[in-house]
Amino acid sequence: MDDTVKSLAGSASRRRFLAGVARAAGAAGAFGLVVGLFGRQAQSLPAVAIRPPGALSEKKFLSACVRCGLCVRDCPYPTLSLAGVGEDVPVGTPYFIARRYPCEMCDDVPCVKACPTGALDPELNTIDDARMGLAVLVDEETCLNFLGLRCDVCYRVCPVIDKAITLEMSHNTRTRKHAVFIPTVHSDSCTGCGKCERACVLDTAAIRVFPRHLAKGRIGEHYRLGWVEKEKHGGESLAPGMVDLPDRLPDELPDALKGWKP
Amino acid sequence: MSITRRDFIKTQAAMAAAVAAGTTLSGVKNADAAGEDDIRWDKGVCRFCGTGCGVLVGTKDGRVVATQGDPDAPVNKGLNCIKGYFLSKIMYGKDRLTKPLLRKRGGVFDKEGQFEEVSWDEAFDVMAEKWKAALKAKGPTSVGMFGSGQWTIWEGYAASKFIKAGLRSNNLDPNARHCMASAVVAFMRHFGIDEPMGCYDDLEHADAFVLWGANMAEMHPILWSRMTDTRLTKPGCEVHVLSTYEHRCFELSDNSMVFTPQTDLAILNYIANYIIQNDAYNKDFVEKHVTFNKAATDIGYGLRPDHPLQKAAANPDVGKFDPISFEEYAQLVSEYTLEKAAQMSGVPADKLERLAKVYADPNKKVASYWTMGFNQHTRGVWVNGLLYNVHLLMGKISEPGNSPFSLTGQPSACGTAREVGTFAHRLPADLVVMNEKHRAFAEKVWNLPEGTIAEKPGFHAVLQHRMLKDGKLNAYWVQCTNNMQAAPNMNEEGYPGYRNPDNFITVSDPYPTVTALAADLILPTAMWMEKEGAYGNAERRTQFWRQQVDAPGEAKSDIWQVVEFSKRFKVEEVWPEELLAKKPEHRGKTLYDVLYRNGQVDKFPAEDVTDNVGNVYNNSESKDFGFYLQKGLFEEYRLFNSAAGIPKKGHEMASFETYHNARGLRWPVIDNKETLWRFREGYDPHVEAGSGVQFYGKPDKRAAIIFAPFEPAAESPDAEYDLWLCTGRVLEHWHSGSMTRRVPELYRAYPDAQVFMHPEDAKQRGLKRGQVVKVQTRRGEVETRVETRGRNKPPQGLVFMPWFDAGQLVNKLTLDATDPLSKETDFKKCACRVLKG
Repeated sequence: MDDTVKSLAGSASRRRFLAGVARAAGAAGAFGLVVGLFGRQAQSLPAVAIRPPGALSEKKFLSACVRCGLCVRDCPYPTLSLAGVGEDVPVGTPYFIARRYPCEMCDDVPCVKACPTGALDPELNTIDDARMGLAVLVDEETCLNFLGLRCDVCYRVCPVIDKAITLEMSHNTRTRKHAVFIPTVHSDSCTGCGKCERACVLDTAAIRVFPRHLAKGRIGEHYRLGWVEKEKHGGESLAPGMVDLPDRLPDELPDALKGWKP
Repeated sequence: MSITRRDFIKTQAAMAAAVAAGTTLSGVKNADAAGEDDIRWDKGVCRFCGTGCGVLVGTKDGRVVATQGDPDAPVNKGLNCIKGYFLSKIMYGKDRLTKPLLRKRGGVFDKEGQFEEVSWDEAFDVMAEKWKAALKAKGPTSVGMFGSGQWTIWEGYAASKFIKAGLRSNNLDPNARHCMASAVVAFMRHFGIDEPMGCYDDLEHADAFVLWGANMAEMHPILWSRMTDTRLTKPGCEVHVLSTYEHRCFELSDNSMVFTPQTDLAILNYIANYIIQNDAYNKDFVEKHVTFNKAATDIGYGLRPDHPLQKAAANPDVGKFDPISFEEYAQLVSEYTLEKAAQMSGVPADKLERLAKVYADPNKKVASYWTMGFNQHTRGVWVNGLLYNVHLLMGKISEPGNSPFSLTGQPSACGTAREVGTFAHRLPADLVVMNEKHRAFAEKVWNLPEGTIAEKPGFHAVLQHRMLKDGKLNAYWVQCTNNMQAAPNMNEEGYPGYRNPDNFITVSDPYPTVTALAADLILPTAMWMEKEGAYGNAERRTQFWRQQVDAPGEAKSDIWQVVEFSKRFKVEEVWPEELLAKKPEHRGKTLYDVLYRNGQVDKFPAEDVTDNVGNVYNNSESKDFGFYLQKGLFEEYRLFNSAAGIPKKGHEMASFETYHNARGLRWPVIDNKETLWRFREGYDPHVEAGSGVQFYGKPDKRAAIIFAPFEPAAESPDAEYDLWLCTGRVLEHWHSGSMTRRVPELYRAYPDAQVFMHPEDAKQRGLKRGQVVKVQTRRGEVETRVETRGRNKPPQGLVFMPWFDAGQLVNKLTLDATDPLSKETDFKKCACRVLKG
């Protein structure tokens, strides 16, 4: 078992042990203890626990989810679980751990259809629009493709291959005759299904799915990407009407400048 | 997430430094051959595909604990694909077989019994009894063997000698029959000598690459990495990809062409036509080095003789071709216009024309690559040949960058299956059983009576299964391959053949594969680094390794099994008196004495096998037989390449020792030099000075251009079975998954097969992605899940399914139609339907 899964399972078993002790101590006392645990657990969701497709933002989700378990029941794979007593995830709420069993991205999104309260957004009809989390290649030092090997398992298992993960190719400067294929995740297409993390062949996955708020950076509002803005503007400059004076050049360009553009 | 160029350069620099440091720590030159972690490192070769990546194998306490890509190996420079990354785990699956297992009931062999552990003695006793009974009742054609392009060179050689010389049966065929037999027959027809003229260096020299039915991105990952690098770094370089469905190579493609199955025949004739119509052909080359010919047509589909398609064929199985003039050739291809090729193939005309222009441009060096798309084709020999026609018209061959190149799928498809004569019609070094002189030469080298080797070719792979089913092949031995899973039409031919009560089936394997479980006797086999070995890769590179560890339990290498089993046969039991009379000195001897204690194979005494720094390695076979078996077999094999009066030159090999001290050598090895480009003066010493180019495999030293037309596939979709079914492989699994599926990480990366389908085709059938479906053909049914996304994107009307999954035996579905000339099955085309499960 790899580290991420182990840590959660480890903590779960520790909690189960505590729960067991509590049971021995008597029903009333146990109830008090469990309620106490709820209080603390509800504060945060572990980074490896991913909510089902269409889940509202965590705070809204927790207030909307009635812990009915219907999404788990209708998930045709062993993906979704309900958090039990003593786990780091709020009790009774659905989640999955990508390394253990990722979301298979069913075309008809049965988990969302099953949700009676809208905790899983009923507007989500197309699974490609789901944003359960975001895959991040967290360790470039151990990712085999960064080292020049041809693994790219994460890429090939991606249900949104060539959009959510692409292989960016470049020259291998060490061997000088091979290419390097860098798996690159694109947040505009990654659903966070976790197939890549599940399939990563390393002892500990180098690519992992995190809740999007943990995975994504944000560029300051005070700066815009010029080439993006220009494209949004139909390829027209935002500062139109400029002139560019011609460059003075000899009639016959020297060989070195042939094909050169300023 | 993306990384910046600067980050990437930094990573690369750090990586280069780390690798450099690693080399001095753990390289083969280290005096005590042990790094700080006490691992002994020695040179080896990857166990998987035909690329032949060099690896260093790390051993500790009698166990392979680690591997690394050999940073100095010319093919891969320290890299591996994801299968190579897991090499150290392939020998240690939990269900390794360690004892012979025989089907028994009530303490004796029973075809319907359960597998029970038995001793090697009991196993060989029962086996020998069955083989002798078959020989006595029906003669040598009733016994046979199925081997492998994963056999080491000497394993193939020893088996060839045992079956063809010892038992006088030519019923020996390798699984390479399923893999590159079409390429072989085309090499022989067009050049008179087997294997590619070029080498992997063409990957750096070419200006344009064309993939014809080769998913190199997944199947030859390290070669793909080299091609990609050239595409990225060489200005003007372009990649053209042709396939019947979209796969991972399309990602790099500059000109992507999905064509209707079988129409590659038309596209290639169009390109030849384009070259001639535009007067672009290389007149000087064509005049000096080429002949023009026309193939016999309407040749059937290699099915059983009573199959309607066979009966309907005008010239079933006819491989004849007759000389024609250039003008006649031009006339024949003129039918294949751009319009016709576009209409037949479904590829837009502008794409086809762009492809034709690349070949026709005298200033562009073109390397063409193919694998199963060409070879597993009922017109596989033709389609290989039509590509040679194009290269030969332009003279784009046998020089750096101009290279038609047949890639191989198995690590020693070339080195073993082809070079030492494990095909039903072949003898070592391109000799064939049909040729009297060749037989006589082999008999001379082997010191056998004249007439020992039978003239008639034996049963090829597909025919073996038919003959098993028909009860004509009764004692059968499969080594080093999973042919029940791999061979076509398992329901109608393979399985009934194995379970026919008249037959006794032995399967040697490290693991209980589908094939092993269908057998009567399973022999536990030493694998890969548990024996001294040698493989020959696709670029004619022969690579050796030493035995690194001992096999578990009572497992024994394939070579031990063959040689040991030969002791069970007295010459008198298998040879007629008139043969014995010619060599009376063989009387009273066993086949072991005659074949392997013949003064040649046992010439080298057992010795301590050492590397250059003094590490000593075990050699289990030397211990068991008392002489250096591998060396003796290899040196005897070399006589076929170097003895006086050899019938065919061009396969020269270096000495046994040389290979242990090299990272592989590309044959012909002459005067201690490798040959990179054959048939070209300056590169190939067999070419006479002043001739420039000589295709010396042919008596007239000219390569053959052979016209062949489009002919349809054996089975096409119709109203009842409305989809093309194409089977194939994935990067994560190789060799039927028998090793890769036992590596937990590879299993997790791609656990189960799926059927890849166009989303519209799924929708029309009311199928949802991930749903359980039945894939049905006229021959059988397989349950799987439908996949409408992912790595493979078939066009509407075609589905793709990989065959690595022992839980979903795709070959229950396939048709055993073969190329009538190469006898290789077309695993890429039959008709199926997909229904809700």
